[in-house]
Amino acid sequence: MAIFVDENTKVLYQGLTGSQGKFYGLRNRDYGTQVVAGVNPKKAGTDVDGIPVYATVAEAKEATGATVSCVFIPAPGVQSAVLEAAEAGMELVVVITEGVPAQDEAYFFNKVKRDFPNTRILGPNCPGIISPGKANIGITAGEIAKPGGPVGIVSRSGTLTYQALYELKLQDIGVTTCVGIGGDPVPGTSFIDCLEAFEADPETKAVMLIGEIGGSAEEEAAEFIKNKMTKPVSAYIAGVTAPPGKKMGHAGAIVSGGKGTAAAKMEALTDAGVKVGNNPTEAGELMVEIVRGLGL
Amino acid sequence: MDLLEYQGKQFFATYDIPVSEGEAVTTVEDAVAAADRIGYPVVVKAQVHVGGRGKAGGVKLAANTAEAREHAEFILGLDIKGHIVKTVWIESASDIAEEYYASFTLDRAAKKHLGMLSAEGGVEIESVAETNPDAIAKIWIDPVDGLSEETARSWVEAANLNPAANDGAVDILLKLYRAYTEGDCDLCEINPLILKPTGEVHALDAKVTFDGNAEFRHEGWDVIDATQIRDEREQAAHDKGLQYVGLDGSVGVIANGAGLAMSTVDIVNQVGGSPANFLDIGGGANAEVMAGALEVINNDPNVKSIFINIFGGITKGDEVANGIVTALGRVQIDAPIVIRIDGTNAEQGRAILAEHASDKLQSKSTMIEAAKTAVELAK
Repeated sequence: MAIFVDENTKVLYQGLTGSQGKFYGLRNRDYGTQVVAGVNPKKAGTDVDGIPVYATVAEAKEATGATVSCVFIPAPGVQSAVLEAAEAGMELVVVITEGVPAQDEAYFFNKVKRDFPNTRILGPNCPGIISPGKANIGITAGEIAKPGGPVGIVSRSGTLTYQALYELKLQDIGVTTCVGIGGDPVPGTSFIDCLEAFEADPETKAVMLIGEIGGSAEEEAAEFIKNKMTKPVSAYIAGVTAPPGKKMGHAGAIVSGGKGTAAAKMEALTDAGVKVGNNPTEAGELMVEIVRGLGL
Repeated sequence: MDLLEYQGKQFFATYDIPVSEGEAVTTVEDAVAAADRIGYPVVVKAQVHVGGRGKAGGVKLAANTAEAREHAEFILGLDIKGHIVKTVWIESASDIAEEYYASFTLDRAAKKHLGMLSAEGGVEIESVAETNPDAIAKIWIDPVDGLSEETARSWVEAANLNPAANDGAVDILLKLYRAYTEGDCDLCEINPLILKPTGEVHALDAKVTFDGNAEFRHEGWDVIDATQIRDEREQAAHDKGLQYVGLDGSVGVIANGAGLAMSTVDIVNQVGGSPANFLDIGGGANAEVMAGALEVINNDPNVKSIFINIFGGITKGDEVANGIVTALGRVQIDAPIVIRIDGTNAEQGRAILAEHASDKLQSKSTMIEAAKTAVELAK
């Protein structure tokens, strides 16, 4: 099993006709993902390499049975794209776009949570989600992930997510699902949402968590792991040497007023029984130990 | 983007939030002329992107022209925690009966807007939060609902201000919330928010941070952007649209993605080196971006080696490799480059680099190996 998406998931792409949407939409299809539709009101009736384009998400859903949307719309249009997808009844809306204003993120997160409680948002500013061998929705290079489990990965950083997948593959360890929750201030899906799903997934036997400086998401995850998780977890936090007060690229990655430091996060995770590595390679090695220790 | 006090006040004024009349000037002569126009007493206030300017002597009251001149001469050019004062704001002095604190920001854990109001203003809110947390009245606002007058009123009542301030505070907070949301702010803070002896409530200071991601829907932000404090390297990177933070080591770092860039900086430290910078070329970076990044790093005289760490997702390995080759053809890069590429189109990228391999350009297969090599070369 995998969490959130698998080989039966039908996906439509908002922004399939744009250059990024097309490149990754087709690449996701080549991977084996059921890419069933694109949405663009101006190009309805056309197709992208055989994938039909519809005017609205609702029409695309009606015609194809898609339940997941992947958003490649430029930042100014993301709020209306997400709300359209939620209104049309998408179960999961994966927002790849970076640079979405925080006010928009806060608004559509709360709007969807209240009015469309069955819709989960992933992102914005995330690499997407991959259940290796089953479905790849987003910008992860599929070949760097080994299918089959037993490890689940959840990460705030895109490139570090790839790094984690790759480290595990080099050790011949498979992944059930890898979720990139994104580095923005208001992520639609949290660490805890993913940890909860991994805890409930029988095929996932251990979880790797990749966090970074800023905010308190890692501390909250540590609390959850301590109290609610039975499965072993390894972790890595990026930004150990980041200077305070400087945004390290991600809108969320900033150490301010002594809060959000990597040291505090690592301590909270260690205290929760998590094996914390000092770099992605070390976290990967710790996961190898965990997996071997489980006799897998 | 952090606004200077006067920019914040001008922003507040567009939402009818009462602020003192004033002028921003950059010379002593202009300061004196502005003070004379405004009428005494005036306050001469240093405009810097750093707190604690009062203690540093950057805020002074002037009762007449001679004092205005004396203070402007002292404050212009003053070094406040490494920030040289280039602009002063001259404003009409206010009589103060009481000082409060008010702010809006995003509470990332709650995923809602957080409003804070306190009867204990004029001091750092962090210290109030530590010593007397009950003195801060907090409300969490769902962005879908917004802030209603009724909610604002009960919030103000909970803060136990002087009752004479309540009506004025409600009015200002409603306007401040509009400014915060419509203005795409990460932070809107008034400290102190004052009650005058005459009963008016007034914003005596303004601390505002704009969310740079929202620049596309706001006019005039380029003016604010131009007053941001960046060192030369940061400015050059900013002009090329790169995410750059200057550090003080000798290994230039280029990576794609904020997480990987942070991790690269960490690893350089862990293997005994010291990074010269954090530089994220972002998602989907092409040859042009890569060439620009190398130019920025190349202009840093402290850089003795360059570590390029790429894991292709939306960024393609072959384009990165082409960028490096382009940059090498375009500018004389003195420091040796160590590169590690994995992910999307990594093989094509490595093949392109192999054609140009030299003692100035080498490829390593793991992050740690590449970091060690770069650190060694920087010695």
